[in-house]
Amino acid sequence: MKSTVALTENPAKRQRYVAVLLDMMNRPSGAIGLSLVVFHLCLAIISPVIAPYDFKLQDASLMLSQPSNAHWLGADHLGRDIFSRTMLGGREALLVTGIATPLAVLWGGFVGILFGLTGGRLDEILMRIVDAFLSLPWILKMLVLIVTFGTGLEVLIPTLAFFYGIPVIRIARAATHNVIARDFVWAAKARGHSQISIIWRELLPNVLDTLMVEGAMRWSWMLLAFSSLSFLGFGVSPPTPDWGLMISDARGYMSFAPWGVIGPVVALSSLIIGINLTADALAKALGIDRAQKAPM
Amino acid sequence: MSAPTFINIQNLSVGYTSQSGEIIRVLRDVSLSINRGESIGLVGESGSGKSTLALAALGFFKRGLRALEGDVEFDGIDMLAIGRDDLQAIRGGRLALIPQNSGQSLTPTLRIGLQVAEALRLHSQLDESDFEARVVELLTQVRLPEPATLLSRFPHELSGGQQQRVAVAMALAGEPDALLLDEPTTGLDVTTQAHILELLRDLASERNMAMLYVSHDLGAISRVCDRVAVMYSGEIALKGSTKQVLLSPRHPYAHGLLASIPRLTQTSLPLALNGRPPMPGETITGCAFADRCALADERCRSTPPTLKQLESGEKVRCFHPDRIDQLPVVNKMVTQKGDVSVDHGGDALGLNQLAISYAMPSLWNQLFSNASMPPDTVDNINIFIRAGETLGLVGESGSGKSTILKAIAGLISPKTGHLVLNGEGRLTPKVEDRPALHLRQIQMIFQNPDDSLNPRHTIAQILAQPLRLYFSLTGEKLRQRSIELLEQVRLGSHYLNRLPNQLSGGEKQRVAVARAFAAEPAIVLCDEVTSALDVSVQAAVLDLLNELKAQRGTTYIFVSHDLAVVRAISNRVAVLYQGRLCEIGPVEAVYSKPFHPYTDVLLGAVLEPNPDFIPKLSADDVVELSPPKTGCPFQRRCPRKLGKICETDVPPARLFDNGHQINCHIPETAL
Repeated sequence: MKSTVALTENPAKRQRYVAVLLDMMNRPSGAIGLSLVVFHLCLAIISPVIAPYDFKLQDASLMLSQPSNAHWLGADHLGRDIFSRTMLGGREALLVTGIATPLAVLWGGFVGILFGLTGGRLDEILMRIVDAFLSLPWILKMLVLIVTFGTGLEVLIPTLAFFYGIPVIRIARAATHNVIARDFVWAAKARGHSQISIIWRELLPNVLDTLMVEGAMRWSWMLLAFSSLSFLGFGVSPPTPDWGLMISDARGYMSFAPWGVIGPVVALSSLIIGINLTADALAKALGIDRAQKAPM
Repeated sequence: MSAPTFINIQNLSVGYTSQSGEIIRVLRDVSLSINRGESIGLVGESGSGKSTLALAALGFFKRGLRALEGDVEFDGIDMLAIGRDDLQAIRGGRLALIPQNSGQSLTPTLRIGLQVAEALRLHSQLDESDFEARVVELLTQVRLPEPATLLSRFPHELSGGQQQRVAVAMALAGEPDALLLDEPTTGLDVTTQAHILELLRDLASERNMAMLYVSHDLGAISRVCDRVAVMYSGEIALKGSTKQVLLSPRHPYAHGLLASIPRLTQTSLPLALNGRPPMPGETITGCAFADRCALADERCRSTPPTLKQLESGEKVRCFHPDRIDQLPVVNKMVTQKGDVSVDHGGDALGLNQLAISYAMPSLWNQLFSNASMPPDTVDNINIFIRAGETLGLVGESGSGKSTILKAIAGLISPKTGHLVLNGEGRLTPKVEDRPALHLRQIQMIFQNPDDSLNPRHTIAQILAQPLRLYFSLTGEKLRQRSIELLEQVRLGSHYLNRLPNQLSGGEKQRVAVARAFAAEPAIVLCDEVTSALDVSVQAAVLDLLNELKAQRGTTYIFVSHDLAVVRAISNRVAVLYQGRLCEIGPVEAVYSKPFHPYTDVLLGAVLEPNPDFIPKLSADDVVELSPPKTGCPFQRRCPRKLGKICETDVPPARLFDNGHQINCHIPETAL
């Protein structure tokens, strides 16, 4: 059965993903982006072990104290170590968005491909519904659901996955339209392959790249959304540390203890910048970034 | 003008820095000079650097590229040294570029008048109030019909040829002293192309312009240019007068290139130029062409030849310009197309009263209105294809030839009429309803292999698709059969794990051929299979198709707009216009008198790579969007129109020997 392996699991394909990864790391944006993302992921995993202080530990004598040797980023209004809390503050966000992003891409991609294949009047009608959804401010839609169902993870994950899957429909549909007009799909049709086989073999592999980049972009948007919700008090409940919540807490003392926001702001923005740079480099490495080919 | 050379490119090298920091040269030490009133042709395969050189004359380099050394002078101005603003003033003004597919470079939302006026605003001293008159003048100059009414038209209302003329008009707006043309007629129909070339030729001589004409089409070059430079792998291989280069090429590459072009005067297949040019960055120790050259010896592989002047005046980059006549001229191996006798096993496929329409009446119109439908795209096609023959389908764009192929493949359902397979039973119109046996027997090869091979599949996966579907092959058997197929198209087993983008254009098309033959088909539909390929590669693919046919007795339906290619490969030819059959018959009969007037027009417009050959242009190059409702499809363009009868009655079939049929009102003896 050696040959079957050679025909189905292809070294050329594996090579392609290795090549894409190498290409990404060769670009400044990819190198910086990937290292930021990897750094944050590692930090999220090991921070409970390496954080110097307990995130719940309140010390009244340290309230709003300045950065010092013991507390590098100072302490918050309850006297908790901001450095430790910053290290731990991304865990919740990464967990929620880490589950919700693939879900969003999966369902959005599935529906988008389906719409793209159906075409015709039904597709037109469904897409207008999607447009209507997209025209509402996201925070309004989110808040309605969260206020109705509560703020636990079991609500946040499906809510984020649902709303962030809607724009994916558009992208997946457009990508599908691009692929199904191409000759290799016609060729498969003329050979008499089944619809399922055409979707699986000809369409999906070509739509996947676009969805991957889209997924990375959605991830960064979702992180921002999650932090915004926390900032507004609808995300993580205290005392669990979270960047959005920490920024919200420290905001009130900005005039005399401005160091409180530095930690969470730097952490959150570096992660978002990292993801965006990665998505950018991924698009370029996969060759689906049109901006690169634009004339000067 | 006292300056002896108008555009002067000296020892120019252009390159880019690769990711690993190496400097890669795409143009190496190129010198070219053009005088006023002179037009120079630049030919070569794709990737030879000809477009890069033309753009360099503008002082422009595509992103990433830069001039490494050398000079570019235009009328004494150093184009590489002057500032951006000065460059801007020269570009489009005194030195204008006409790119390929100009139709696509027109803004779709602006009226023609405005777009041409914009060129005037940028590059002329005229007063705003004189613009309109000048625009009309320019449009008249490029011989557009009714220029005054064109002003308010949008680009999409014009045909491809007309759009190209508008682009020429815009280029002329700045009263240029020099024109750079980058494949200006590629993608246009033969008759349109011939007309545009005549226009360019006349304009150049009227205005004493210098022209640099970049094209892979030696026929077009021979019509327009005084001198020709042949580029190979970023270098000039041969430079000389058009006559010298095209009639007695002194460089083996130019010789091979010319031999690979199918000619109307020649019934055999053209000679393939095997191998591929070195990739940019590849180390070349000797002559860049040595690997593909039959004359190459030790010296060619070790020392790079320099550009030497010959006694007859040409400049040649070759050690053996005197041994060119030892190279073969025609393909000795495969000159036979394999004759098909009339009683050779009956019909492989019959198209019976086929009519196809794309128009879909809306539900409203179907029920409540009797607004007349546009005439069918394809109508009244009766063609019976004999087993083992190659039937060529020719016609300009819009002639319905690809539509007919799609109907045979089951991708479009005919409105009326039916298909008969093997003279037995009807073929179900829709591909979904066809039995597996019928599906397997009809296979299709598409125009552009970049588009017909899934970029995410390896060659093994591409070939496995039909093998699994039709023969349920798996494992070692599948692998063996895939290798066998690759070897049949002269590729090896090491291609199995490659992706299409790792292959050259010709190799990709071979894979597409292998995929079609994997099904062991009785009929192969070839849709413009060579038009996306370089001529040298085209010859090799034609050769391959012919060889496969000889081995298996496959029937081909070969669609092409290129009459010379069709002549080279077909046994019988059908000429289509607007989805109607004009003429059908054995290839020799169709390509010689008696002609259908349309066939005559088409053949007259074909350009040969021979400066002594003058095309005869008879009909206008108007592109019709839909066929006339009654009468002959060609009535509006026909140079031999008889009168009213052509507009009212469907032309009768005039029959000649060997099944040669011409549908025309003109009587047999006068055709």
